[in-house]
Amino acid sequence: MNDYQPTILPADAGQKDDDIMAAHSLTGTKESPLVILEMLQRLRVRDVMKADGVVSVVRSDTLHFAQNLMKRNSISGVPVLEEGRLFGIVSVNIIIKALEGGYIQDPCHKHMSTSLVFLEEGMPLALAIKYFQNYTFGRFPVLDKDRKFVGIVSQRDIMRAILKELAEELARYEGKKPAAATVPFGEVSTSAYTMQQYPVVHNDLQNAGRAANEIKRLLAGAGVDKKIVRRIAVAAYELEINIAIHSVGGTLTFILDGQKVTIIARDRGPGIADIEWALRDGTSTANDWVRSMGFGAGMGLANSKRVSDKFEIKSVVPSGTTVLCEFNLKKD
Amino acid sequence: MLLTELAEKIGGTIVVDNPSANITAAYTSDLLSDVMGHCGEESALITIQNHLNAIAVATLVGNEAIVLCHSRPVPDDMKAAATREGIALVTTPLSQFAASVALQELNPSQK
Repeated sequence: MNDYQPTILPADAGQKDDDIMAAHSLTGTKESPLVILEMLQRLRVRDVMKADGVVSVVRSDTLHFAQNLMKRNSISGVPVLEEGRLFGIVSVNIIIKALEGGYIQDPCHKHMSTSLVFLEEGMPLALAIKYFQNYTFGRFPVLDKDRKFVGIVSQRDIMRAILKELAEELARYEGKKPAAATVPFGEVSTSAYTMQQYPVVHNDLQNAGRAANEIKRLLAGAGVDKKIVRRIAVAAYELEINIAIHSVGGTLTFILDGQKVTIIARDRGPGIADIEWALRDGTSTANDWVRSMGFGAGMGLANSKRVSDKFEIKSVVPSGTTVLCEFNLKKD
Repeated sequence: MLLTELAEKIGGTIVVDNPSANITAAYTSDLLSDVMGHCGEESALITIQNHLNAIAVATLVGNEAIVLCHSRPVPDDMKAAATREGIALVTTPLSQFAASVALQELNPSQK
């Protein structure tokens, strides 16, 4: 796009305390509680970045000027910006080298780092954290989709945002009783009873299908007819994908009770305003990304209903949707 | 049809092998919900969907193989999942249509 197309950041922009944070950072998100996982997918870089009052220099400013700016603001790097266009970054290491080399009065453009790694404002926080793990830098410039500079994000900004969100989440839980994890079902048969509940995370298509596959294995292992297993697995998968695509997150519950299998998909919002419309084959509110993955053609609910012996859906805007699919294992 | 035979018919490259694959039908679609709705077992799925979800769907419907058209690259995680699930992966330079024509004997309605 231009001669300053950012590519790779120089290995000198790190800050000591940020490095310490990196060592203890949010690695191993697989072990993190679900609420954090959801948060990291829901929050975008633009939600946590510093957008206003970002100090910057222009290309003709001296390194000395940049040094003073960094000192005054207690920061370890300044972007070189002109009319929203990012030309480079002057880091504290560049300043140190300039002081050693005696060229601190040189203009910034002669020594600034011009090969940069940047984040896009729409990236989920989970991805931004990966960047911090993969590079040793304390901060990344943030660009919009037109490659215009819109802010800066540091690990500290991310920590602050997560702590704030967690505090709010906690307040929500304290303010009301936690959502009941029990599922509505009737009689418990003594012969064979299994219940499994799987969390489904918003936008996590990568892991969608795990629950369905596990359910499939479980049923195949229990000797259930292959055709019925497939119908159940299809419903589970469609509902799992639906939660991941359309809701803020939820759970998929599987109950094997004697000769009956029940799949319950429950999410925490935003709910479906027109269920009749949503059930129609081919209607969808999915975005292009979801469609490019081969989903979002509006067949999910219709498919689930078609394969089920009994199908129920209830939805309340904005608190969420519950779908129940029932299957008789014994065909008469 | 054996996997080697299938690969030969479409000028394909076997990326993940499954020597015991017995392919009796084929289904062509890039829409995974459609695949779940209509694709039969022991099928080869002809598609351009080169990601994990294609393996998840293939596992659910009982596909023997996935044929990736236009020589789409196979991501490592997809390769690993296919190996784990015992689903063969074949890439071909052909389009979905051309691959379908080349494998027309697998058309279930002609049996």
